[in-house]
Amino acid sequence: MTDPRIIEDVRPFLSFVIPLIGVLGIVWAGERHKNLRETFTFMAAFAQAAVVLSMIPEVLGGVIFEYQIWQVFTNVPLLLRVDGPGLLFASVASVLWIATTLYAIGYMRGLHEHAQTRFYSFFAISLSATMGVAFSANLLTIYFFYEMLSVSTFPLVTHMQDKSARTGGRTYLGYLLFTSLCLLLPALSWCYVWLEGGQVAMDFMGDDGKVGAFGSTTQIILLLLFTFGFAKAGIMPFHSWLPGAMVAPTPVSALLHAVAVVKVGVFCLYRVYADVFGFDVLRSLDGEDWMIALACATILISSLIALSQDNLKRRLAFSTIGQLGYVALGVTLATQNGAGGSVLHIAMHACGKITLFFCAGAIFVATGKKYVSELRGLGRKMPITMGAFMIGSLSVIGLPPLGGFVSKWYLALGALDRDAVWVVVVLLISSLLNVFYLLPVAVTAFFRTDETDEDSGIKEAPWTCVLPLALTALGCFALFFLSAPLLRLAGIAQ
Amino acid sequence: MMDNAIAWIFIFPLFGSVLCALLGMVKREACWYIAVISMAGSFLAGAVTLIQASGSPSHVVSYVLGGWSLDSYPRGVGIEFRADLLGALITLVVLGVGLLVSIYSKLPVEEETPDKEPLFYSLFLLQVTGLAGICLTGDAFNLYVLIEVAALTGYGLIAMGSNRAAAATFNYVILGTIGASLYLLGVGYVYITTGTLNMVGIHDAIVASVVTEKNLADSASMQVAFVLICLGILIKMAFFPFHAWLPNAYCHAPTTTSSLLAPLVTKVMIYVMIRVVLTVFGVEFSFDSTLWAEILPWLVVVAIVSAAIMALAQREIKRMLAYLIVAEVGYMVGGIWVYNYYGMIGSIFHVISDACMTLCLFLGAGLILRKCKTTNFDGLRGLFSKMPLTMTGFFIGGFSIIGLPPTCGFFSKWYLITGAMVSERWEYLVALLFSTMVMVVLFFRLIERIHLAVSESGENLGKGHGDLGLTEEQTRFSEGPLSMLIPLLLAAAVVLVIGIYNQDVVNQIETFLENLPHEAELPKEAVSK
Repeated sequence: MTDPRIIEDVRPFLSFVIPLIGVLGIVWAGERHKNLRETFTFMAAFAQAAVVLSMIPEVLGGVIFEYQIWQVFTNVPLLLRVDGPGLLFASVASVLWIATTLYAIGYMRGLHEHAQTRFYSFFAISLSATMGVAFSANLLTIYFFYEMLSVSTFPLVTHMQDKSARTGGRTYLGYLLFTSLCLLLPALSWCYVWLEGGQVAMDFMGDDGKVGAFGSTTQIILLLLFTFGFAKAGIMPFHSWLPGAMVAPTPVSALLHAVAVVKVGVFCLYRVYADVFGFDVLRSLDGEDWMIALACATILISSLIALSQDNLKRRLAFSTIGQLGYVALGVTLATQNGAGGSVLHIAMHACGKITLFFCAGAIFVATGKKYVSELRGLGRKMPITMGAFMIGSLSVIGLPPLGGFVSKWYLALGALDRDAVWVVVVLLISSLLNVFYLLPVAVTAFFRTDETDEDSGIKEAPWTCVLPLALTALGCFALFFLSAPLLRLAGIAQ
Repeated sequence: MMDNAIAWIFIFPLFGSVLCALLGMVKREACWYIAVISMAGSFLAGAVTLIQASGSPSHVVSYVLGGWSLDSYPRGVGIEFRADLLGALITLVVLGVGLLVSIYSKLPVEEETPDKEPLFYSLFLLQVTGLAGICLTGDAFNLYVLIEVAALTGYGLIAMGSNRAAAATFNYVILGTIGASLYLLGVGYVYITTGTLNMVGIHDAIVASVVTEKNLADSASMQVAFVLICLGILIKMAFFPFHAWLPNAYCHAPTTTSSLLAPLVTKVMIYVMIRVVLTVFGVEFSFDSTLWAEILPWLVVVAIVSAAIMALAQREIKRMLAYLIVAEVGYMVGGIWVYNYYGMIGSIFHVISDACMTLCLFLGAGLILRKCKTTNFDGLRGLFSKMPLTMTGFFIGGFSIIGLPPTCGFFSKWYLITGAMVSERWEYLVALLFSTMVMVVLFFRLIERIHLAVSESGENLGKGHGDLGLTEEQTRFSEGPLSMLIPLLLAAAVVLVIGIYNQDVVNQIETFLENLPHEAELPKEAVSK
């Protein structure tokens, strides 16, 4: 690629601020004017998506946008910067927010949930923080927004305000804050104090391999601190918060715990591996194979656990951990194809998994059923939902012509670039496991009939639930056929 | 009048205090107005002093009170007020906190100590005079006098609280007096050895003696003096294990008293320690001459960890906060004694930010106490819908204590952690992180108790769907009075603003550290890679 031109532009900042302005509207409208309140959410979502998407043509043309919010420390500003991978992630999150908003209206009203104003407010704040992470230009900025996301999702996770919410919330915050405060913060401080070139080196741009000056032991320690510090990435053994967070209402699980929050985790890993360590340094590091092994272990173990889960949302959560392992695997491979595949997988898996969660929620709204074993015969009664579930499953498994195939393809290429055939084998086994734990859900729904109650009056969930999941299912196809610009954003193709 | 800004800092509250006592006999309602006006005037004078200090070429404003100059007889005995950037910054914090608390105090004082307003406000203003004096004086003996002014008025203010306040005060009197006496003893040694009481004079004497045969840095009397002074200050600042007076004193004191004392007293004593280390004895003497610099960092670790654990065991907000203060004292002492540039910045910055966030928390706790009649964890359910603004202010303070960005607590903790890293004081780093985690637990447990319909043992109290198991009456929006709410929200705003504009504060601190007497320098670079 030619040298990028850096242009100062307020749009990255806008994409971060718009949801916050939306919050004011949401709170002002409140429970009394429900439709107005949801209008504000929609306006914020559409405006954010428009701002984010409007940057794509220019970024594809080799432009990098920057916006400095304020100077935090000497030499380390709170700086937003838009490059390809960040923009790809931001686009996916902001576009899916629109779909999720529509879905949330159907879900929350369908179940007569309480405190919806609080729900929509913190939802918007979370999306704001997500944009911040996607566009962060240095380690400090990314840490700010990372913490903002942890705290702002807590009220969403504990939405039910009961005992299970307390357990889930404790696990959630315990893992996320423990890792970020006790592992990440020292790692940041370490970089701040000891990195060659002082504090400037915390920036993601410029020379890769800034930590190359450290001794190899130090590098390994730093790598571990960062990898486990970003616990949102769900690398084992710091993954348990994700199944715990499933007590949240399904729109939260769908957008935040399949797209925004978890992808923020792996995206941070991408930044650290690619832009702080640099792939050359990583490949020359002795213990780096172990990181690949760790990612592979996460993939396989979580898939095996997913097999045994009867609760649909928990099964999907463990599937998400596995898929996050793919993204982590791609960046630990430290090859261009692998890293590009990771970034792509952020988008591809997002679209597939959000469909699956939408379906799980729609089933719950329509029937009140949560368990896979209860779904027999549901395919006939809810054909659109279960059809979308099938498509989403196939995309996550990675079959063409669905989006999930593209990213897995590049992940495999990335592994082969390093002559790591065993990684490809792991990918294959894991895909097989995906088949085992995802397909039975749809198959049971379509091909097993329920003898006990033939006609219990079950029908599709409200259209506001069904439309988004149909759209995201179609999106899985679209991502396959329209993957060319995505490849360029991810830095694989020119 | 602008030239005498330092003097006006004291004139306002000192004469305000006398006026309260006199006018209060005739018209009790006037006291609050006098207090607020004197605090506002004093605060303005403090701001002017800070501007003068940062504007002057030497970054110091000196003011000799009543012609008691150093050259007059007896030599070295004078009343000099000396506002360098550090002193002026902390003074401004003291006066700012005093101003906010004085506004806040209108209703609590009327309700909790009826008919005692004149007494209360004259002590209140004297207290602020004493604290501001500690931060500005340039004389080691005057410092002792001002510490006693602050302490004696503090005893009075605390004793006006609930029935058990008297016993708590007695405890405080004993320990406080021991601390002050140790300090005085140390100053005595210093005076005998150096022949001066002026802080800069003492330091000059130490530096001048290095080239002579009688090197004061090696003299036993100076070392004993140093340890005695440090020990005295540690007792006064409630450094674990000398903290026993603090929790009871702050819990049983009236709301206004605890809101004023909790953010200031311990922090001002940290300031004294920084002053003693940097200005009086100097960097080289403090960190090289005694074993102290080897022992203290380990005591700090013990202090932070034990205070954090004790905070965890509390079931009542004010008591929990009191132990948090003890832990925070450990942070700041540690920041000084890791002995480097960043640690010192962290420590000074933490004095400022901790004062602001503790103020937030205590003002919030006062509002909760007034509305719920309890600050026990069990009585707090549903407060988010009942007092959303109070809770916002309170938890901004809480998040700052945890150290979440962009509150000021994050930045001061950042510098402390960096300081620990640079000196490779891993034990201090671990203690910091441990107590950070404890604070996460403390505040999110509080959020749980308020937000969720679950009892401590884990039973569901409501019927689900956000039902908290309370009557509508108990959850209906009902905020505290504006005169209490506005100071809280201002304090919360200050926590955020100092966080966002931390560079400006840190720049002032850096200028101060770069202009230390005799070009003393703290190590900046990391020892190894």
